[in-house]
This record gives sequence, structure tokens and C-alpha cells, in this order.
Amino acid sequence: MAINCNMDSQTTPLNYSIETENLNLWYGDFQALIDVNVKIPDGQITSLIGPSGCGKSTLLRCFNRVNERYGNVTTEGKIEVLGKNIYDSDVSLPELRKTVGMVFQRPNPLPISVYENILFGLRIHSPVGHLTRAESDQIVEEALTSVFLWDDLKDRLKVRATSLQLEQQQKLCIARLLPLKPRVILMDEPCSALDAKGTLAVEELMEVLAGKYTFLIVTHNMAQARRVSKECIFMFLGELIEHRETQALFQTPQHPKTADYVQMRYG
Amino acid sequence: MNILRKKSEANLPFSETVIETFIRLCGISSIIFVFGIFFFVFREGAGFLFNGLDLKEFLTSVEWQPTSLNNKRYGAFALIVGTFSVTVLAMCIAVPFGLGAAIFVSEFCSPKLRETFKIVIELLAAIPSVVWGFIGLTLMNQLIIVVFNAPIGLTMLNGGIMLALMSVPIIVSIAEDALKAVPDSYREAAEALGATRWQVVYRVLLPAAKNGLLAAVLLGAARSIGETMAVLMATGHSVNIPSGPLSWIRTLTATIAAELGEVARGDEHYQVLFIIGILLFTITFVVNLIADLVIKGIRQE
Repeated sequence: MAINCNMDSQTTPLNYSIETENLNLWYGDFQALIDVNVKIPDGQITSLIGPSGCGKSTLLRCFNRVNERYGNVTTEGKIEVLGKNIYDSDVSLPELRKTVGMVFQRPNPLPISVYENILFGLRIHSPVGHLTRAESDQIVEEALTSVFLWDDLKDRLKVRATSLQLEQQQKLCIARLLPLKPRVILMDEPCSALDAKGTLAVEELMEVLAGKYTFLIVTHNMAQARRVSKECIFMFLGELIEHRETQALFQTPQHPKTADYVQMRYG
Repeated sequence: MNILRKKSEANLPFSETVIETFIRLCGISSIIFVFGIFFFVFREGAGFLFNGLDLKEFLTSVEWQPTSLNNKRYGAFALIVGTFSVTVLAMCIAVPFGLGAAIFVSEFCSPKLRETFKIVIELLAAIPSVVWGFIGLTLMNQLIIVVFNAPIGLTMLNGGIMLALMSVPIIVSIAEDALKAVPDSYREAAEALGATRWQVVYRVLLPAAKNGLLAAVLLGAARSIGETMAVLMATGHSVNIPSGPLSWIRTLTATIAAELGEVARGDEHYQVLFIIGILLFTITFVVNLIADLVIKGIRQE
């Protein structure tokens, strides 16, 4: 049985960006998520931990429906993002993905210039010729400034984004979400391709941006979960085992499987 | 036992040596054949090319009278124009269809449908060119007469459509490979930003695969330029500078095919036909070379 005791200590009621109810998901015959009930609070960083293949990434990928790319996926249950069930028929996929941005494990800037990468989202969501040159310039500068890349890249806006260093690429992937004014940013092991310095830089960036955005981060790195997240979710074999404040989950895990995992007896 | 024995010291079994030599010969033979063909064609035409042929007349005159008794003229300009015009027309038809089909097969259709499509497209590529010529001569001929109210249907349009149908399979298969070679992470990134499938295609895939797509078009064009039998049968085979798609034309390839059987070996006419061969060889070589360089361009990125 899942243990959800993170809210007990809260005096003021929290708002939730994402809520799921009895979420089940199958890849073909294989059930990857089993009755997941979770509430992700607004404007803070929540981390998802657990051993490989436990369904962390699958859960994350439900929230912008990017799972559906793989064809043989069946989803049951309810997922509400900002109070709206995202499987309702009147939900527009482009709008959902505009609201719920995603950062991937390997930095995946598009093979176009830095400048165009930042504007890509706006261009696909607005009519042709919608942006003036001055507006575009300003948007690019703002987005790059918020991820601390402006000083490094202001003279290299025309270079191909795929030629940047990995750390810069990953920051750029975060920056290109910002012009769309997302409410939630999903991160699927965003630092696993980066070195220690890059990891630290991305973590610092998340801390600065938290508050404005709700972050949900999948990580294999327990130290990272402890450093960045306020709440932490432990998953095991498709089930949500424990969801509590991060420090509490690591110091006094309630479920024996959580305890085994955070004390590194396996995983 | 000495695993680290050098390769030269190792006693390969006799069969290994034979097979290795045989495979090596197979590899080298393709190079020998290409140079051999080029050498042979060049040798047959070289005498007249360097001694006697008025190259300016050959390239600019429309008078092709190789069999005239007292006024022989070897002006291949109309043939060159014929080849290029029918190729351009064929590409105007084949490129949109070919690239469209490649995008559909690679991005939009279900895996099951994709397999069916690939088989059908391969079948299309396997139809012999004389069969295409036959269709052009009968079916398409009638169709053009009826639809355009033309006196005769054996025209540049007819040949262009036949060549387009023959180039489409090449364009589709190479363009599809080029689209498949675009890393899936690009599609995923664009879709996660809210791009629709069509936006993914024209904002991400087409720019990312543009070299491969260009190579597909060039190889399709090379196929069109070199094609003989279908154009011989479908275009009217009449020396003429075309004034529009309904004009009849004659191509370089068809001229060789139609006339080479009727000339005395070694005479001027015979040699001119080989010079046309050299010209064709050069054109397709250049097109293929450009396509190759373009493909290399992709790999280096």
C-alpha cells in the first residue's frame, strides 16, 4: 500500500499541478504502472526515484502524453493537469504540451541555430509572421538569460545548437520551453549525460526557476533528489510505494522497500 | 598455443585463401568494368571527336542529318534539349509524388501498411522499361489524345510521365532512408514542444534530411537521363525543339538505340553516336558524383 503522508505537516492546503487517480498503463501486455495515485504540488521540485524499469519515466511521460508516440500503449484512470483531465476529448495535444514542457535524458536541441531553437515553440504555436524581429530578439535574450546562457552565447546565436557543449545544450533545452510560458516542466534524468559541473549548473538553474514552474524530475541519483527536491516519490515495479517530503523519505522511510532502496541495499 | 601469432604467420586453410581472393576480385571487378566501359566508348568515338567533328555545331545546331547523302549534319542540340526537357518534366511530376510518398511511408503510415508499400514500390522499380514504353505507346497515347484533344499522344508529356513513374521508386526509397536517418530524438523534442506531425515534418525533418532528399532527387534525375526504351517508344522520337509538353521530342539515349543498329561500324555516324554516349556518360557521371558528395555531406555532419 502506498504511503502518502507528506501533507500531514502542512498547515496551509497546497495546490496541485498534477493529480492522478488509479492510473494504470500497459505497454502491450506488460503493465508498467499499477494504480498510481499521486498529487504533485504547485511551484516546487518533486523528484521521482526508484530502480531501473520501475515506471518512473513512464509516469513522467504520461503527464504530457508523450507516451502515446510508442503506439501500443493503453492508459486507464484519470490524470488531471491544472485541474483538467488530459484524456478528455476536448484537450488539445499541442496546448497540453505547451503547458507541460519536457526535458529529456540526452540533450536534444534541434539541428537548427540556437536562436531558432528558442523560438521553435512559439513558431509552431502561432501564425506565420506573428513575431517581429525585435520581439524575437527580446524573447531569445530573456530565455537565454533565465538559464544563464546569454553571456556565453550572445555572440553565437547563429551557430547550430547541436554543436554546443552538452551542458549548454541541456540548458538550451530548458530555455526553449520558457517562451511558451509552461506551468509544469518534466525532467527525465536531465543530468545523466552531464559531468559533475554541468549537473550542478542544471540543479542550480532548477532551484532558481522553481516557484515560477512546477518541476517533476526523474533521477537515478539519490544525492541529486536530496539536493534539489522538496518532495520525493519512490516507485517500485510500477507501483508508487512512498511519497513524502524528501528529507523524511530518506531519513525515516516508512516502507521497507523504500528503506532498502535509499540505504542502497539494491538499485 | 599462441593466440597472438601474427596474421601472416597464421596458416589459413586453403579454402579461406581462395574465398578471400575471389571476393577481392569481385570488388575490384566493378572498378575495372566501369573504366573498361568508359575506355571502350571513348575509343570508338575519340577519332572523330578530335578529328573532324565540329564540336560547336554538335552542341548548338538542331540539324541532325547523319544519313543525308551530300549534306551530313551532326547537330545534337535538339537531342540535348529533348533529354533535358523530358527529364525536367519527369522530375516536376516525380519529385512531389516521390517525396510525398517517402514522407507518408516514413512518418505517417502504420508499420503494417509501410511493409506493403515498400513491397509495392519495389515492384514498381522492377517493371522493365520496355513495358513502360509499351504502356506509353498504347494507354497513355490514347489518354493524351482524349484528354488534351491532341493529334497524337506520343509526346514529351507522355515520355515525362513514364520517366516519372520509373524514377518515383528510386526517389521514394532513398528519400525514405534519409528521413529514417533523422534521429528520433528530434521528432520527440519537437512533439514534446507541441508540434503536430506535419509541423515536425516541415520544420524539423525536411531541413534535417535535406541533403539526403536532394540526393534522392538527383539519383532519380540520373535514372531519367539515362533511360532509353520508354522514351524511345513514348516521346514520338522526332528531332524537334519542343514548344510545350505536347510537342514530340527525341532524346540522346533513344537516338543511340534507334540508329546504332543501322550504321556501318567505324564510319562518322557510328562515331558520332559514341560521342553522344560519351556526353551521356559525362552527364550521368556528374549527376551521380554530385549526389555522392551530397550524401557524404550528410555523413560528416
